[in-house]
Amino acid sequence: MDKEPGILKKADEFLQIFKKGEEFTRNLLKENERLRFRIAELEEAHTQDFNTAKTKHYEDHIRMLKDEIEALQERFRRVETENRDFSQKYVIVEEENNNLANMYVASYQLHSTLDYEEVLKIVLEIIINLIGAKKFSVMLIDKKLEELEPIASEGIDMDNGAGISIGRGVIEKVVMEGESYFSDDPVHTESEDPAKPIVCIPLKIKEHVIGVIAIYSFLNQKTGFTNVDYELFNLLAGHAATAIFSSRLYARSKREFTTIQNFLELMKVKSTQ
Amino acid sequence: MPIILVVEDSPTMRQLISFAMRRIPGSKVIEATDGVDALKKLSSEKADIILADINMPVMDGLKLVSLVRGNSEFRNIPIIIITTEGAEEDRKKAMAIGANAYIPKPIQTQELVNLVTQQLDRK
Repeated sequence: MDKEPGILKKADEFLQIFKKGEEFTRNLLKENERLRFRIAELEEAHTQDFNTAKTKHYEDHIRMLKDEIEALQERFRRVETENRDFSQKYVIVEEENNNLANMYVASYQLHSTLDYEEVLKIVLEIIINLIGAKKFSVMLIDKKLEELEPIASEGIDMDNGAGISIGRGVIEKVVMEGESYFSDDPVHTESEDPAKPIVCIPLKIKEHVIGVIAIYSFLNQKTGFTNVDYELFNLLAGHAATAIFSSRLYARSKREFTTIQNFLELMKVKSTQ
Repeated sequence: MPIILVVEDSPTMRQLISFAMRRIPGSKVIEATDGVDALKKLSSEKADIILADINMPVMDGLKLVSLVRGNSEFRNIPIIIITTEGAEEDRKKAMAIGANAYIPKPIQTQELVNLVTQQLDRK
């Protein structure tokens, strides 16, 4: 019986230890639960931080791309404007090129020969084909008669145009002032009066007017004057005058040379007799 | 290399048209002064396109068009008429006998170059 209290005590002690162990284990489990919860919390926070950083990174990237797009769009706009400018310039240069080609061909042809008839033919060709005139007359000043003598014409009877007095209206003004005349009437107007052309161009050698080109009507398809028309009128004013004058001079000197040569031949024959 | 035959009695116009045609890359320009001369040139060198005036001595442009269209070897060559005759009936007449295009003078050279290029591309 003496042993019973000892066993009971030991049992009680064991129970106490067991209870403590139980308590400890429960605390341990609680702590474990708390720590797991904490880990979960930390993991979530970490994920959130990571996501925020990632989002920020993407947002920065998007902003950068947007800037790049804007810069590219701006550059595209600039290139487009430049392209438009270039194509406009190209059209202008092309037009200039074509005008220059017309000028080149016209002046080349005018100075390609010293044959008077051929020069007149070329002048007519230029006025018809390059300018588009239908009725016109090329006249030279005859100072003795104070008249304009028609030397070539198209669509006009030469006899009708013969001997236009210089002292009549538009032509007189052109001869006196040496400036081209363009009527205010529409280009399709047809003038029947030899003294009232629609366009009158002086034929000038430097400032000296030697004649005029009087245009009375244009081809039906001609709707108005272009830049190249005015350039051609200017070209004719100078180059046609020189070409006509020099070819006429050449023809005359050739004729005179032949006369002198024949005279010398005759003298030679006479002196040998 | 496109061969362009320019048929025009006026030396000024012939030179101007040839000058413009030489701007077409790789082109070769042959010149003829009238319809008969054009047929002679065609028999020695087949052209890819013909640009012809109407009013010419010896043989006019319309006669040339009808002869070219009647020839089995040349009938498919495009022909552009360049003339001072600007009336609608003249245009209709030329188109009816087989011209592919009709340009009244005075010509805009760029317009002519574009038209020739277009006709050559179509070919």
